[in-house]
Order: sequence, then C-alpha cells, then structure tokens
Amino acid sequence: MTLAARGLRYGFRDRIVGDGVDITLTPGEIACVLGPNGSGKTTLLRTLLGLLPPLGGEVTLDGKPLARWPVRERATRLAYVPQASESYFDFTLRETVEMGRTAHRGVFASASARDRQQAASALERVGLAALAERPIHRVSGGERQLALIARALATGAPHLLMDEPAASLDFGNQALILEELAQLRGSGSAVLFSTHHPDHALRIADRAILIKAGRVMAAGAAAQVLNSENLSALYGRPIDVATVTSPDGTPRRVCVPLGAGSR
Amino acid sequence: MIVARQRFPLWLALSCAGLLLLVAWSFSVGRFPVAMGDVWRALWSALTGGESGLAANVQAVVTQVRAPRVAGAIAVGAALAAAGASYQGLFKNPLVSPDILGVTAGCALGAGIAILMSLPIGAIQAFAFIGGLIAVGLVIAVSTWVGGRDPLLTLVLTGVVVGSLFGAGIALVKYVADPYNQLPAITFWLLGSFTGALPRDLPVTLMPIAAGLVPLALLRGRIDVLSLSEDEARSLGVNVKAVRLTVIACATLITASAVALAGTIGWVGLVIPHAARLLVGAPFARVLPLSLVLGAAFMLAVDTACRTAFGTEVPPGVATAFIGTPVFIALLAISFRRAG
Repeated sequence: MTLAARGLRYGFRDRIVGDGVDITLTPGEIACVLGPNGSGKTTLLRTLLGLLPPLGGEVTLDGKPLARWPVRERATRLAYVPQASESYFDFTLRETVEMGRTAHRGVFASASARDRQQAASALERVGLAALAERPIHRVSGGERQLALIARALATGAPHLLMDEPAASLDFGNQALILEELAQLRGSGSAVLFSTHHPDHALRIADRAILIKAGRVMAAGAAAQVLNSENLSALYGRPIDVATVTSPDGTPRRVCVPLGAGSR
Repeated sequence: MIVARQRFPLWLALSCAGLLLLVAWSFSVGRFPVAMGDVWRALWSALTGGESGLAANVQAVVTQVRAPRVAGAIAVGAALAAAGASYQGLFKNPLVSPDILGVTAGCALGAGIAILMSLPIGAIQAFAFIGGLIAVGLVIAVSTWVGGRDPLLTLVLTGVVVGSLFGAGIALVKYVADPYNQLPAITFWLLGSFTGALPRDLPVTLMPIAAGLVPLALLRGRIDVLSLSEDEARSLGVNVKAVRLTVIACATLITASAVALAGTIGWVGLVIPHAARLLVGAPFARVLPLSLVLGAAFMLAVDTACRTAFGTEVPPGVATAFIGTPVFIALLAISFRRAG
C-alpha cells in the first residue's frame, strides 16, 4: 500500500507550478515538504491527492495511476487535512468527524453504528472526546485542527496528507499537532505534511523534500537534507541549524535565521 | 447540556403540532366562518364520500375554497423552505435564497408571456414552471461554457446575469401588455397569491415537488459534505459535480413548481432554513424535515392572516417580505451573538 509520484509535473492547465518531483510515501514514516511561499506546496499536495490531474509523470497508488481509482475507493486510502476547513455551518465536532466516514457508506445511507464508533474513537485519539458535541466554530484553532486530523483518521486511510497542519496555531498547539503526527507514525500511517517551519521538520520528519521555484532542490533523509546550507539556499536568507541539548541530555537540532539585527 | 441532535425530535413534534393547529384555524376563519366541527365533518365526508349533513355552501367553502388554498400554502411554504435549505448547503452560504439561479425570474417571464397570450390559469402555471426550468438550465449551460476555477462563483454570477436578462424580459412583457386587463394580471401574479390554487391543479404541483424532495432527502449525508470546501468534499469521496447537479435540478424543480402555483413569494426560502439550523444544528438530515414543517406553518399562517386580518386581501408575497425582514434580522442577531 504505497503512494508514489515519479517525474511528477504539476500545476494548472495554463501554468506549470512544479516539475520533476519523485516521492514515495512509506508506512510508518513522516515525510515533509518545505519551500518558500508560492513554491507550490499546496498544488503538489492537491495533485498527490488526485484533486488535480498531473501534467506529466504519474502518481500511483498501489501501482495503479490515481486517476483510475474510483473516487470513493481513493478516499478510503488517501486522507486530506486542509490548512483550515471552510465550514460555513456550525457542525459539531462529532458531525465533522463522522463526515470522514462518507466514503464507507452508500450515497443514500446514514452513518452506521460502526461509522459512529469509528468517529468517536478518532475523536478520542486526538483527545477531543469531551468536546464532541461542541459546534466547530466554538472551539480553539488547535482543537479545530485536531478535529480535522480526527476526520482524516476516521476515514481509516493509511496515507495522511496534510497542508500546513500547524499553520496559524500558537506555540503550544503546534507542539500538540506534532506530537499527534509522531503518534500516527507509530501506529503505521504514512504521513506527508507541508510546512513553513523547518523546526517542525527537524523535530519529527524522517524524510524531507525541499522545493524551490517548482524544482526539487534537495530530497532525502531529513537529518541530512535539513542543514544550514540547504535551508539558507531554500529561503534565500542566512539560516543556521544549531544543536541544543535538552535538560535530559537529548541533542535537538533547531533552526535559527541569522543576519542583520540578530543578537 | 442538551445538544442540538437531541432537541430535534422535540422541535419536529412541536412544529408538526403547530402546523396542525394552524390548519384547523385556517379552515375555520375567513369571511365565512365555519365551526371546527363542521370543518371536520365536511372534510370527512369529502374523504369518505359519505353524507356530511351540512349546508351545500358550507361544504363548498371547506372543500372547494379553503382546502386547496390551505394545501397550496403548505406545499409552497414547505417547497420554498426545502429548496432554500438545499441551495444554502450547496452554495455554502446561509444567506442564499431559492431564486439565486434565476428560477423566479424565469417563472415570472413564463407566466407573463402566458398572460400576454391570454391563456387560461393552468397554462399560465405550466408556462411559469417551464420558464423557471429554462432560466436555470441556461445558467448551468452558460456557467459550464464559461468555466473558471471556482464553479460556484461562476454559477452565482451567471445566475445574476440571467436573472436580470429575464427581468428585462418581464419589463418588456409588461410594457407591451394591455394596460387594462393583462398588466394588472401580470402585476398581481408577481405579487404572489394562493387564489389560483384549484383542487384539480394541486396533484400536478405536488408531484414535481415530491419528486424533487426524494433525492434531496436521500442525499442528505452528501449534501453536508458538499457544504465543506470542494477539495475536502472530493477527498472525502463525494462526486461533487454529480451531487451538485442533482441538488440544483431537484431544488429548481421544487422552486419552479412552487412559484408556478403561487407566484413570486420571497423570504420563506431564506428565513426558514436559517431558523431550522438555529434550532437543531447544521446537518441536512435534520434541517430538511424541520424546514419543510416550519416553512409550511409559516406560509399557512401568513396566508391565513393575509385573507382575514384586513378588510381586503393582502398579497402573501408582500406580507412575507414585511414579516420576513424583521424576523431575518432577529435571526441574524441571535446567530451572530451565539457565534461571538
């Protein structure tokens, strides 16, 4: 059960956004896509999800091109966590997460007992069981993001693709989401997430893909790829990757921008 | 805390009970008051074919005059509210009304042309119905041809354009109409009324409404997902294009039937689903049934008030606007304060 892209060219009918991307998502691994604003991370994710047709190369799921998968079958294998959900109506968290079971039931069917139970256990996993009946507009940004992750979990899909899951969250909530992703890896999911924070990649990613101006600048094991040289080139600013030691003695790598005004 | 889901059976039962009371009230009041017991006896004899023992004129008022009018108001109110709820989910916007895709303008032009040709009432209704379908069909065709990355935005904009084109058509029809008979008839039709509801027309109106409601009720789960972003809906396994087209087709069928029967009656389709959502939460599986009952009750109350409260009949289309505006502002204030 793998999602793979080979020689992928992605974008829109009238505009190529990126080219030459190779990615393989492996169960139990977290891959991370980094790139400056406008480098096409979201477009890449949408192409990998089958929401946009590839302009060249191919995306395959279990060796079969994504476009040949029926929509519902695909939805039970690839789950999407958007940057922010555009919910215009006040569904409760429980109702939101139950929508993750859509592909598991007939077009005309209601949520089955199993659907409800799966949704409840997904909410439980992200620690939101107590807020299940709360309308989604009345929870914090972090809780909302966790609910979207729970919705992706409820699909039962082995691949989770997340578009900047920690964007617009405060520091504590960012850490919360990262811990959640690490747990997903532990349970055997394949996770791909895009981010603007190299620190997030340094903290949990196994592999990293650096995309600049529509080209893969570097890709490989996160520990190797995420170095000062690559990150400085990626963002066009001097950036240092330093090693700090936590009180318990664990070394951690962190990313620090250098340059004028820094102390 | 009692959650919205648990409140649903209570609100549905309450609004059904309210509707039944309204039906009884509506049958008995009017220029020719009929006692509740006589209403019951007249309806029972009409249903069973037995002898009611009532005077012929009482029997006629109940079964020939009030029954079609009550049924018409219920059908139109329920239909407009259901169509409004569907369109609001589809366009991800609680401020959308059933005429967003130009169906009302299309119906009005169809009716105007039929009146201009001095056709009988049945033909006016048929023309209105077909006009509404043509308008929305045109909107779908044009927006498909135009394309664009945001299909919903294209649909709404095309709806506005086609709506105003048909509006110009109505203006032209009015301009060339005979000012003594046809022009007043057109104006009166545009105001909306249930006086045109005849016993033999009702099944013809009810059938397309029912035909449109069935797929909407069946697709309730998909309609919820459709109210998320298109990417989310597709990645959750919904065939967005197919569901969207089905919902538009059904809601249009429903709205066109309602407008063909009663003329242009605004606000019901906007206000009622909003109220239903405030009471029982967002899921379409709850909003649709409650909207049907609340819409029917609201329309029946308004129409009954329109024919009894004043010396002369007030067009219900005018009354819904007068009542709908303050009610809607109140609902907005409640929901914004809740959210804030």
